[in-house]
Amino acid sequence: MDVSMNVNGQSQSHDVEPRTLLVHHIRENVGLTGTNIGCDTSSCGACTVHIDGQSVKSCTVLAVQAADSDITTIEGLAATAQSDGSATGEQNWHPMQEAFQQCHALQCGYCTPGMVMAATSFLKENPNPTEAEVREGLEGNLCRCTGYHNIVKAVLSAAGGA
Amino acid sequence: MIPAAFDYKVAESAEQAISLLGEYGDDAKLLAGGHSLIPMMKFRLATPLVLIDVARISDLSYIRQGDGHLAIGAMTKHCELETSDIVAQQAPMLGHVASLVGDPSVRHRGTLGGTLAHSDPASDLPAAVLALGGTIVAQGPNGSRQIAANEFFTGYFESVLAADEIITEIQIPTGTAGWNYQKFNRRAQDWAIVGVGVADGGKGISLVNMGSTPLRATAAEEAVASGASAADAAALAAQGLTPPEDNNADAAYRTHLATVLTRRALEAAGVA
Repeated sequence: MDVSMNVNGQSQSHDVEPRTLLVHHIRENVGLTGTNIGCDTSSCGACTVHIDGQSVKSCTVLAVQAADSDITTIEGLAATAQSDGSATGEQNWHPMQEAFQQCHALQCGYCTPGMVMAATSFLKENPNPTEAEVREGLEGNLCRCTGYHNIVKAVLSAAGGA
Repeated sequence: MIPAAFDYKVAESAEQAISLLGEYGDDAKLLAGGHSLIPMMKFRLATPLVLIDVARISDLSYIRQGDGHLAIGAMTKHCELETSDIVAQQAPMLGHVASLVGDPSVRHRGTLGGTLAHSDPASDLPAAVLALGGTIVAQGPNGSRQIAANEFFTGYFESVLAADEIITEIQIPTGTAGWNYQKFNRRAQDWAIVGVGVADGGKGISLVNMGSTPLRATAAEEAVASGASAADAAALAAQGLTPPEDNNADAAYRTHLATVLTRRALEAAGVA
């Protein structure tokens, strides 16, 4: 069936099977591969994107459920910051991306797109979190490299708290 | 993993959902947030031929003050319960338990009606509604009926909902006394190995993952009502139950956990 959605500010229409998962739609039909597939069972959060500004695990959403929504993926995040004037640093990135770089909040980087998308959604709901709240807020996103210390630091830094 | 093929229908109203259910019968499942159903479909544990998407029925998403209860539309999301001021004032236990489900991304999608219809004995919110003495309003082709949470759950992933009924509203009594919810798990975002909900100063005590449905700990409730201490009442929490066994816990461990968590919950809810 024909499914239209707005992805990173661009209207996208494709003929998709109802059983197509949003993450496959984004990667294979829209052609944006920054959103990763990790566990495929809504545990790890690598596939986190925003639907209408809220984080979701796109391996557990059907593309048809997201029809007529606004989707933001990691590729479109910097543009959202540029349009609201919050972009920072030499790269003109979203403050969360800048904070992840500055705090070295990644090792292999596989979880990073999902972490950044979950963290930006979290800060919208809780702009001045404590460290414990950041850890709770990211409980749906797993990093298997080295731990969460610098990720938490980056989120606190992006919130202006560190 | 991709689900088996199915047809997708969007219902714009409860009436349309009921008519589609009538048309497709047992081949159809209602789709709300999908965070229980879609994983089951990916594992091919569920293979409905038709999904009827009810998440777009905006009329079923609301939180309103009713007469002696809070009326919550079935498509109200966990994140909305978690952040609602009126829920925090009138039914704080429900908002708190909503905040313990899965993780924030899951709570952006999951709905109260969906989790009740799914009837997973390991889920948090069905047990909270049970302890709180909630009422589930279901609509079918012949109108609406009210079902006490006590009489709603019938077995693993089974309830008294008929094949052509949809949950439209959940009513939670307001003005109830002390409450507490204990969720024991080993990993973040996981289901409870055992959970215990205490509502209204111990008048309602419910158990998570202690049987094939969310359960009321009736012996413990009766003990509280007749003035027993938290410890004495809690000792009866698992009386007569046959809890499930899995990788996380055997039956004896779950039985022990239920008594420990019930005591903690009763004490925290103000039962001495």
